Amino acid sequence: MTKTMTALSAVLALGIAGSAAHAETTLNALFMAQAAYSEQNVRDMTADFMKANPDIKVNLEFVPYEGLRDKTLLSQGAGGGYDVVLFDVIWPAEYATNNVLIDVTDRITADMKSDIMPGAWTTVDYNGKAYGMPWILDTKYLFYNTDMLKKAGIAAPPKTWDELLEQAKTIKDKGIVEHPIVWSWAQAEAVICDYTMLLASYGGSFLTDDGKPAFQTGGGVQALDYMVKSIDAGLTNPNSKEYLEEDVRRVFSSGQAAFALNWTYMYNLANDPKESKIAGNVGVVPGPGISGKLDASAVNGSMGLGITAASKHPDEAWKYILSMTSLDTQKKYAQLSLPIWSSWYDKPDVAKDQEALIAAAKVGLAAMYPRPTTPKYQELSTAIQQAIQSALLKSAEPEAALTDAAAASGL
Amino acid sequence: MIENRWMSSRAWFLPLPLLLVMAAIIGWPFLWTAWTSFTDAKLLAAGSDWVGFANYVKALGNPLFQSALLVTIKFTVISVLIEFAIGLSAGLLLDQDFRGRTLLRALMILPWALPTVVNATMWRLIYQPDFGALNSMLTQLGMIDSYRSWLGEPSSALWAVCLADAWKNFPLVALICLAALQSVPGELKAAATIDGAGFWKRFRAVYLPFLVGPLTVAIVLRTIEAFKVFDIIWVMTRGGPANSTKSLSIVVYQEAFSFQRAGSGASIALIVALISAILTTVYVTAMRRQAEVR
Amino acid sequence: MTRRRQRLIKSWLIHTAALLLTILILAPVIWMGLMSVSSTNDLTSVPLRWIPAEWDFSRYVKLLTIAENTTGAAFTASLRNSMVVAGLGAILALVVGIPAAWAVSRMPRRFSWMLHVSVATYMLPPVALVVPMYFALSGMGALNSVFSLALIYLSILAPFTAWLLKSNFDNVPFEIEQAAMMDGANLMQIMRNVTLPLAAPGLTTAGLFAFLLAWDEFFYALLFTSDQRAKTLTVAIADLAGGRIADYGLIAAAGIIAALPPVIIGFGLQKALISGLTTGGVKG
Repeated sequence: MTKTMTALSAVLALGIAGSAAHAETTLNALFMAQAAYSEQNVRDMTADFMKANPDIKVNLEFVPYEGLRDKTLLSQGAGGGYDVVLFDVIWPAEYATNNVLIDVTDRITADMKSDIMPGAWTTVDYNGKAYGMPWILDTKYLFYNTDMLKKAGIAAPPKTWDELLEQAKTIKDKGIVEHPIVWSWAQAEAVICDYTMLLASYGGSFLTDDGKPAFQTGGGVQALDYMVKSIDAGLTNPNSKEYLEEDVRRVFSSGQAAFALNWTYMYNLANDPKESKIAGNVGVVPGPGISGKLDASAVNGSMGLGITAASKHPDEAWKYILSMTSLDTQKKYAQLSLPIWSSWYDKPDVAKDQEALIAAAKVGLAAMYPRPTTPKYQELSTAIQQAIQSALLKSAEPEAALTDAAAASGL
Repeated sequence: MIENRWMSSRAWFLPLPLLLVMAAIIGWPFLWTAWTSFTDAKLLAAGSDWVGFANYVKALGNPLFQSALLVTIKFTVISVLIEFAIGLSAGLLLDQDFRGRTLLRALMILPWALPTVVNATMWRLIYQPDFGALNSMLTQLGMIDSYRSWLGEPSSALWAVCLADAWKNFPLVALICLAALQSVPGELKAAATIDGAGFWKRFRAVYLPFLVGPLTVAIVLRTIEAFKVFDIIWVMTRGGPANSTKSLSIVVYQEAFSFQRAGSGASIALIVALISAILTTVYVTAMRRQAEVR
Repeated sequence: MTRRRQRLIKSWLIHTAALLLTILILAPVIWMGLMSVSSTNDLTSVPLRWIPAEWDFSRYVKLLTIAENTTGAAFTASLRNSMVVAGLGAILALVVGIPAAWAVSRMPRRFSWMLHVSVATYMLPPVALVVPMYFALSGMGALNSVFSLALIYLSILAPFTAWLLKSNFDNVPFEIEQAAMMDGANLMQIMRNVTLPLAAPGLTTAGLFAFLLAWDEFFYALLFTSDQRAKTLTVAIADLAGGRIADYGLIAAAGIIAALPPVIIGFGLQKALISGLTTGGVKG
């Protein structure tokens, strides 16, 4: 009995000593279930990192989009929990003001600064400081049905918003499709993305330099006028006001629209015969602009990785982030999400059928316009969403609705 | 009533577990919420000031709150009414004798067992304006001319959501009614039929007394749940279009989480609880009085 | 109108009504079943193609595989977690509710307030309670655990379970228990030999209600669980639906699988269920 006990305690002691020698750091990382990369992809990337860094272990958690922000905030309030979190481009201002993420400006080398797509930095910047690394670059493009355009005798897709309406009218008049354009204008964040592209094109701005609302005048009003006008003219599918991005994809992919504004992900799915009736007839170009004001418009819909203020292992966390955002890692999954490194776009090694997308991406990603960077973004967005809905439902005039929103935004 | 002193003195042990459990799990969160509602606490920032009833006053005067209150009341009344109409009818039906009755009784559980999240997604797709099943079916049956939007029009959106909610929950009411009806003694049922009394007379005299009690439980349960509604609306419409389906719980979520105003969110939550309490007290007293009259 | 014709008309009305009820219940469910085996193309055609050209069962396979690191692994784990959490919650609700319900039933003047307070706590929206609960759980290191989730659910399940049980006990005549007491039986014996057997159908009813309430809960589960060790079905389904891409067929398949356990349990307890509601709900 005693002999076994001694032997056991010896083994135990050895085990403890052994594990003490490998002082393992454990990181907790929060990701979104099905952001551009699938859960599987993220696990694979993390496994590669752990293999290269045997003394760091990473626990992954995946949540739906809303859970991302809710859990980041709750864990912060509770004193900690996550080391690395994924965040949407609209949150850094709020996160920074509330000390949720740490400032990593000093960790970003000059090489990184020059090599990464310039438009990508607005994903993580606030008040001149960087709060993470951009990871998933995304913007909206103008997708069009090549077949329908050909049938209507249109040679090239529209370059300006007015051209878009003209071409849509031609397609409608020729009886090809009833409502040629479909958008995601439901009362949700999605509509702000479309609105941003239009606002940028019309030279408007969301906020003045001292953070007061400016969207209720000038370009902001013209943008909303455009949206209402396109429905009135019967060119925009009136159901757009209840659609989110997936609805847009389905309507477009089933051949019930000629034009659609949507994120990168739609390109491959619309060309997949299992998911789409128009596979092979999908064209993509950067968002339209306005002659004399803007060549192409794009909205920043990217996501970044940041280190939480409550993290006890910021150095290891940074190592992890660098690994996930490295060119090598991103190259492997370029089909799912375009890399943040400009060098990649010069000699992209992807399949032939991605060329149109990459050409559009090069222009689009460089032109990404951010949504307003203010800590009170949620309130501002909610107010504008309501204003847009009222205008689209004809219960208010665009300018009046936006003025009300400016008053209700809390800014 | 217990006259036995032995029983009385030990009696406290019995409800103690329930009390302890509720106090331990809900006690502190409830107190925290109540306390927070009187402060201007933020979700993250430390430190908060006592503001008394300011949050409550602001909430009651806020047009968004008022419209959400209206939406929530509408949702509750419509959903519960539909659940009751269909549930009671189904219960009465299932009490009758016909082939396949047992199977149908078993099938009743299906809508009830479907998770709300799935139910909401399914109905959202059924209501889809460009290619949804409802539009398809109605057009193919010739009942409407062209596809229309159900969730995108403020006038129809709330009704559409209510229907989806009522579909999932009416089996609960039906099964409760059925059970109550089955406890009506056979002789009473037979006697009434022989008397030749009309359906309504029979219903009032024989069935209603047995139904009142269980229906009270069902009404209270469904009312409280309907007043707190969040999941189904969030998935189907997010509160749109134009806030026509934004319920009070969604406003609480927005205030507390989206805008980080924990104090304000807490105050609205307590108002919801208060209104629920008033409504249910009104029912229960009314039902009890009805039962006594009989 | 002859008796016979009256009966025929009545029979015809009843059968039509039964048919309508069946359609009402089954139509959306069958539609969901069809959705789960259709391709996106089938679902977005106008006019809608009701029966898919090809039946695609791959989604069920995808959800139910147990291979590591797959969607199926996460889904089956969440199925298991939901069973544990709902089962544990229901059992605990009964354990805690039975003595309390009996006390309220036999000594209403003393203990009714308890039931009223419990039901009152049910009226607070979970959205509000979630914040203090999260802080408390986090402080205790109790996040992401099926046990702590079951305990939290207990606070939701206990009030109405106790209320239902109380109505059941109201229907067990006190005289029988009193007689047993005079014979010298103690409380445990009375409960075990007299009260509980008589209220058995009511117990299973209350248990099933509790199970279903827990099965359906989403908000607490979303915020208090993190990974496969504790994530429940409702969160897993939200994961499937909450990303950029939504495969509605997959969600439909997940929904059907998610509805099965309660339905199976309900089928099994069907007899007890209905007669339980009988003895239970009469007094209210």
